[in-house]
Amino acid sequence: MPTVSMTVNGKAASGDAEPRTLLVHFLRETLGLTGTHVGCDTSQCGACVVHVDGKSVKSCTMLAVQANGAEVTTIEGLANGELHPMQAAFREHHGLQCGFCTPGMVMSAIDLVRHNATPSESDIREWLEGNICRCTGYHNIVKAIQAGAQAMKG
Amino acid sequence: MHNFEYHRPTSVADAVQSLKGAEDGKILAGGMTLIPTLKQRLAAPSDLIDLGAIAELKGIKDEGGMITIGAATPHAMVAESEVVRRVIPALADLAEGIGDPQVRNRGTIGGSIANSDPAADYPAALVGLDATVQTDRRRIKADDFFKGLFETALEEDEIVTAVSFPKPEKACYAKFPNPASRYAMVGVMVARAGGAVRVAVTGAGPCVFRLPEMEQALSGNFSPDAIKGIEISADGLNSDIHGSAAYRAHLVSVMARRAVTDCA
Repeated sequence: MPTVSMTVNGKAASGDAEPRTLLVHFLRETLGLTGTHVGCDTSQCGACVVHVDGKSVKSCTMLAVQANGAEVTTIEGLANGELHPMQAAFREHHGLQCGFCTPGMVMSAIDLVRHNATPSESDIREWLEGNICRCTGYHNIVKAIQAGAQAMKG
Repeated sequence: MHNFEYHRPTSVADAVQSLKGAEDGKILAGGMTLIPTLKQRLAAPSDLIDLGAIAELKGIKDEGGMITIGAATPHAMVAESEVVRRVIPALADLAEGIGDPQVRNRGTIGGSIANSDPAADYPAALVGLDATVQTDRRRIKADDFFKGLFETALEEDEIVTAVSFPKPEKACYAKFPNPASRYAMVGVMVARAGGAVRVAVTGAGPCVFRLPEMEQALSGNFSPDAIKGIEISADGLNSDIHGSAAYRAHLVSVMARRAVTDCA
C-alpha cells in the first residue's frame, strides 16, 4: 500500500492509503480530522470542501494519492487560538442550523474572499453553486459570508 | 470503487509508456467525471495514469496568432485568464459556467474533451471556434475529433496535450443549463472569423454538431433575424427526464439567437 504524505493544517502528515482511498476518507479516518464531512459522496453538496494548494476542492472527488506532497487546509486548520473571522461571522449571523454543511460552506467562502474581497450578495449566491444546505439556511449563510469577508479585511 | 494501480508520471512520454504498459489503463486528468464513474463501479480500470504532475500540460499561451491551452489546465484558470478574457471572452465565459467553483478548480479542458460528454460545454467551444487538438503524436481538427456519444478520434493510448484556438472576430456562447447540474441542456457557440460563421451545438444531441443552414444564413446577415425562420429537427436529439427532443430542438434555436444577439 502506498504511503501518502502531505502538509495538513501546517503540519506534516502521512499514512498508508490504497490508491482508491478518497482524500476525504484519508483526512477523516487516517488522520482523524472529522470536521470535513461527507454529505452526498457524489460531488454535489460541498460538505467535504477543503483547500488543496490554496484552492477549494471537493475532497470526496479527489484521491488521497493525488494530494501527495500538497498543502491541505481543513476546517480544523482555520482557528488560531480564536475562531477565524469567517467562522466567527457564521456564529454571529446564525449562518448554520444543523451545521452539517458548515465546514464546507466556510472553506468555500474563504476561497471566494481570496478571489473577491468584497463579494455582493449575488456573487456569494453564485459562488455557493457547489454548496448545498439542506436546512435551506442560505439567507443567513450569505449574510455571514458578507460579514466574514468584511472582517477578513481587518 | 475497485482498486487499481496508480501512476504519477512527470512527462507526457512517461504517461504514454504507462498507458501502453497497462492492461486496461485510464488517464486521470481532473477526475471530475472519472472519479464519480469509478465510485459507481461503472468503470474498473486496472491502472490510473494521473496527469496532475506533468507541468508541461498546464498553462495558457498566446503565440502564432492562436491561444493554446494546455490539456491539464483547469477551467478556473481559463475563466480567470487575462489573455483569454481579452482575446476570446466567449471562451472565458464558457469556462466560468462549468459546474461549480470546486469543479472548475479541478476539471481540465483535456479531460472534458477526451470524455466527449454530450452535455459538456467545451466541445461547443472547440467546434464553434474551429480549434485544433494537439495530442502526443498528431494534430486533429475539432471537426474530426468528436465522433459520437463519449467517443472521440483518440486512439487507445493517445493523450491530449493542448488545444489551440484561432482568434475569432466575434464569438458568443449561450447556454441553457440544467438547473441542478449546470450541464448544458443546450449550449450554442456562434463564432465569426474571416467572413465565415460557425454554429456549434452541445447538449442537444449525442455529440456536438454544427448547423450549416444557420452558418450560411449568418454569413450573409449576422443578425438574430437571419436565423429566426430556421426550424431545427428533433430527429436524433436527446430525450430524457430533463427535456424531450422537441424541447431541445426549440432550445437550440433560442440559444443560437441569443448567442448572435450577444455578439452584436
